[in-house]
Amino acid sequence: MNRTTSLVLAAMLGAALPAAAQVTLNGAGATFPNIIYQNWMLSYNQAHPDVKLNYQSIGSGGGIRQFSDGTVDFGGTDAPMTDSAIAAINGNVLHIPTVLGAVVVAYNLPDVTQPVKLTPDVIADIFLGKVTKWNDARIASVNAGVTLPNQDIIVVHRSDGSGTSFVFTDYLSKVSPDWAQKVGKGASLNWPVGLGGRGNEGVSATVRQTPGAIGYTELGYAMINKMPFATIQNQAGKWIAPSLESVTAAAAGAMKDMGQNTDFRVSITNAQGAQAYPISSFTWLLIHKTYDDSAKGRALVQFVWWAENDGQGKATELGYAPLPKEFRALIQNRLKSIMSGGRAVWKGPSAE
Amino acid sequence: MTSLPNLPIEGIPSGRPSTETRWQSLLGADRSDRIYRRILTGFALALPALILTLFGVLLVNALPALKRFGPAFLWTSTWDPVAEVYGAAPMIFGTMVSSFLALLLAVPLALSVAILLTEFAPRWLRQPVAFLVELLAAIPSVVYGTWGIFVLIPFLRAHVVPPLKAVFGWTPFLQGVFYGNSLLAGAIILAIMIVPYIAAVSREVLLAVPTSQREAALAMGATRWEAVRSAVLPYGRAGLMGAVILGLGRALGETMAVTMVIGNRHDIGVSVLQPAYTMAAAIANEFSEATTSMYLSALFEVGLILFVLTVIVNAIARILIWRVARGTAVGSRAL
Repeated sequence: MNRTTSLVLAAMLGAALPAAAQVTLNGAGATFPNIIYQNWMLSYNQAHPDVKLNYQSIGSGGGIRQFSDGTVDFGGTDAPMTDSAIAAINGNVLHIPTVLGAVVVAYNLPDVTQPVKLTPDVIADIFLGKVTKWNDARIASVNAGVTLPNQDIIVVHRSDGSGTSFVFTDYLSKVSPDWAQKVGKGASLNWPVGLGGRGNEGVSATVRQTPGAIGYTELGYAMINKMPFATIQNQAGKWIAPSLESVTAAAAGAMKDMGQNTDFRVSITNAQGAQAYPISSFTWLLIHKTYDDSAKGRALVQFVWWAENDGQGKATELGYAPLPKEFRALIQNRLKSIMSGGRAVWKGPSAE
Repeated sequence: MTSLPNLPIEGIPSGRPSTETRWQSLLGADRSDRIYRRILTGFALALPALILTLFGVLLVNALPALKRFGPAFLWTSTWDPVAEVYGAAPMIFGTMVSSFLALLLAVPLALSVAILLTEFAPRWLRQPVAFLVELLAAIPSVVYGTWGIFVLIPFLRAHVVPPLKAVFGWTPFLQGVFYGNSLLAGAIILAIMIVPYIAAVSREVLLAVPTSQREAALAMGATRWEAVRSAVLPYGRAGLMGAVILGLGRALGETMAVTMVIGNRHDIGVSVLQPAYTMAAAIANEFSEATTSMYLSALFEVGLILFVLTVIVNAIARILIWRVARGTAVGSRAL
């Protein structure tokens, strides 16, 4: 080895030394929060160059699987893990909500200009194939002044497994006993009627191309694409148009039922609150209760706490509804409980 | 060369100087040759090993579903991930029917292109048209799917299905309301996608038919068309069949474009206006969000069925070609 090479090597080693404290955190899961997660991770890394975060949007199911297998440090999901899935990893998981999403009911009625109003039971019966015409008396009775066409309703749903489907059918299961019994809730389902579109883009493309179609997509997606979507009657009997504010209101309404020791695996569809949009949902990060590597555990918790505070400010511009501020104390308690080697990895924001 | 150098060569018993062993020992005489041979053998064996591993992985992962549902998986049609009841009949049906419909549409088209380009078109037209047809194969399937949603389906809805229904509406194949996403749309997209494969291979096959065949037919007083029909096509039939099977193989496995237009519905219906599903589409759609192990296993079993189906189709094709190709038909060796 000549002198130059060894000098270069020494320089490289020297440069690598501070990087010994570098922490890399890998995560995978839901596609819905991907945009804001990438944004957060980039910003966080700029402020904390020693922490490198990766997130792959492979879908909630894949996220839960990889998290459970231990191939990633944290997961992301739009549908909470089931009790049996949690038992399978000996309960070593915390669900931490990050932002909120909502599902809108989009439709294609070229001659109707005002937003169509739909009651929960009518939505369920449309997707069950029981209400088949747009001018059905049950739709017309709540849409006074709107001329609804005598047209077949063409149902469009997701064909790929999706957290969006989970949230939507979780809602339908709550508002329609018939739906709960015949179809149930899930990321993939045995749909009684309709066409399957792949992804939000597949559903919205099919809805737009098919007069008389009705489908459901994520709120952010529908807003960007300016699709007409329905105003829905919430639990309080109010007609609520989907918006970031009405989604945050749903989380605030649902919090009243949650209690101090909630594990956050709470569905906030059909939430109470006068301004609550009823088809809203958390998206969660999956974090272990104990980490073998305390540096990793601490870095992850610090990042999550940053996301719950500074990160929330970015939500609205990126099309996500921020969590109500009241959640922060609850989340802080949960994060403080994360252990490594019998000791808490993080003592709270004041200890930093 | 009367005496052979007694080299210890793997797998070749020394001291038996037949032509073959002498040839092989000469090949193996050099060390670099031997290394080269081993590397090649390794690469060549890696491919069959890969296929077997693939089969093994599919089988192992599908075992829970195989045990739970048994052979009924093949003929039941409920696909309910919530209740964990799975049956693949609609997907198997959809895969087969969409692929065969696609062949039905694509083969006449592709053969016409190939015959035109080799027998009838003026020379200046041949290369450009061949190039454009083959260019179809270079378009990503998601582009086909998008084109299907935004161009093909509205066109079908406005200009194709109404006249079709007016004339053939009484048949069971055109019953029901046409929503757009349907078996018909899926089959047409598939047909367009496999035309370039069938056309390109057919063209090569027809080009390889000796000119003497054509001349002989023409000398007998045949017209151009009669010469093609009686001398050229029969001569290349094995190769042409190979081209068709290549197209079929592609159609069976196509995923993205099909799932975008076929409607993704777990249903069996005789009407081509109804939505359907294919196995490849279902796997692509549902795999990433399959949370329970039984669900995952059922999807693996679908993959296994698709794998076996493809093997069977290829085996049948191989047998057909061997049957037809007895003799010296063009292309039989290559296939």
